[in-house]
Amino acid sequence: MKAQAETFLALLARDVRVLRRQLGQFLIRTIMQPLLFVFVFAYVFPKIGQGFQGGSGGVSFTTVLVPGLIAVAINFQGIQAVALPLVQEFSFSKEIEDRVLAPIPVWMVGLEKIAAGAVQSLLAAGVVFPIVFLVHAPGAAPSVHIHDVPLFIPALLFACLLAAALGLFIGTVIDPRKITLLFAVVVIPLTFLGCIYYPWARLTPIPWLKYFVLINPLVYMSEGLRASLTPELPHMPVWAFMLALVGGSIGLTFVSLRTFTRRVVT
Amino acid sequence: MASAASPIRTEALRKVYGSRNETVVAVDGLDLEIRSGEFFGLLGPNGAGKSTTIGMLTTTVSPTGGRAFIAGMDVRAHPAAVKRRIGVVSQSNTLDRSLTVWENLYYHGRFFGVSRKRSRTRADELLEQFQLSERASAMVFHLSGGLAQRLMIARALVHEPEVLFLDEPTSGIDPQTRINLWGILTDLHRAGQTTLLTTHYMEEADTLCERIAILDDGKVLALGSPQELKQTLGADTVIGLTIDGDPSALVAEAEAIDGVRAVERDGQIVRVFATRSEGVLSKLVVAATGMGLHVADASSHPPSLETVFLSLTGREYRE
Repeated sequence: MKAQAETFLALLARDVRVLRRQLGQFLIRTIMQPLLFVFVFAYVFPKIGQGFQGGSGGVSFTTVLVPGLIAVAINFQGIQAVALPLVQEFSFSKEIEDRVLAPIPVWMVGLEKIAAGAVQSLLAAGVVFPIVFLVHAPGAAPSVHIHDVPLFIPALLFACLLAAALGLFIGTVIDPRKITLLFAVVVIPLTFLGCIYYPWARLTPIPWLKYFVLINPLVYMSEGLRASLTPELPHMPVWAFMLALVGGSIGLTFVSLRTFTRRVVT
Repeated sequence: MASAASPIRTEALRKVYGSRNETVVAVDGLDLEIRSGEFFGLLGPNGAGKSTTIGMLTTTVSPTGGRAFIAGMDVRAHPAAVKRRIGVVSQSNTLDRSLTVWENLYYHGRFFGVSRKRSRTRADELLEQFQLSERASAMVFHLSGGLAQRLMIARALVHEPEVLFLDEPTSGIDPQTRINLWGILTDLHRAGQTTLLTTHYMEEADTLCERIAILDDGKVLALGSPQELKQTLGADTVIGLTIDGDPSALVAEAEAIDGVRAVERDGQIVRVFATRSEGVLSKLVVAATGMGLHVADASSHPPSLETVFLSLTGREYRE
């Protein structure tokens, strides 16, 4: 048991070493999208007088965006950090063949990938937060602070875990030859229908969409962060998103470890 | 307990791939027992079941039937414990492209529970031993095929495995690099490393292995030292005659020649196994000419593993 824990930690140490080496790449891919997003929508739009308002109650659009963009960063990083390398390892680099020979059960090799992905998602959240908080036109400042720490921490951690488990699942089921479809079919729909730019409750005028988006894990990540960072905005009940985040993390971890094991042991 | 058990043992090991409608029997009832310190070879053409066998012994392929044990441990029941005791050099380059040459060894050691200090020492030692020290801080991405292969072998040794598996280590490698690798493997053998090698190169098996199992269609056709295998032919010389036209008349004639043990026909080639070489070749050529057959080519050589394979399967060996 101790020996297996050591192996698990050594695998994590390897991933941290690689992340340190590729820190520049990590920052660029993490920062670029949210930075441009807040630049255009929170700085340029108010400056040129093109309107996006947060809706009722005088809440600015930037306030809506902060939790949403952090959720996107978490979700995107989970997929990017786990699924993409895995697809490479399954196709041209055969590194996975060696990694599964590490002296632990194969499912633990997959679990380590989820853990490493979750760490990167957490880092991405930390990097993106100041950017989306600080970049805005004068007078368009978001109204954000951590209102509820005991809610914020589990919501944040389970969002990271869910994103990484989703990454492992996608990485093990996608056909490497079709990887170019990943963005069109998975990442972009998840993002636009993930309650990033609008709170879930505001979808009431479009009932079919309001219930359709509930299959999207990103919805619960956004709503969880919204509830703990910008509670003045309408948000999903706490029990609902926590149930989805915790249940989804556990369920998807379980499923993705199975698909991973099936993929590497023939 | 583990030390008393055979490093590798299989009982009726079997692997069937595919679904209900279409199945392929890759390994069909394999019984092997490899001794401690032995350099053992699985020899056979592509598709004979060599890699599948290694896959089952190294836990990445789950057997359909039978059992396999590494140092007395069942590979199916205790995969993690089995993995701890083995080192594997797979067919494709599986080096960690995101790490340097040195880091590939260091982190491998760490994965296998080797302490930080010891992992560092092992990495330095092995780079020295495999003449890779100069490239220690290079990214493995930039290594040539031969250097990458050497690094893979070094990596498999960091945690001092009880059994080393080498799956076709020299396929796709230039002849000079192959000879260098043979030197490295011979040294490892001398140092007492138990090794299972698969290869489809007859010469490689002949040079390196103490014992060989010849595999074809998932079954062991013959097992023994290269010398023993060659002796099973009962011949000191193998003569091959290529005839322009139908050689069947010559086959009957050849069997009557003094010193001939067996004659086989393979298309236009007549293969004669003889206990002595003097006179047999010339008698064969004379007989053929007497029948009006034109001998396009004639050769005579001592028996090789290739001729053993030929006589076992009745068909030409394709490397």
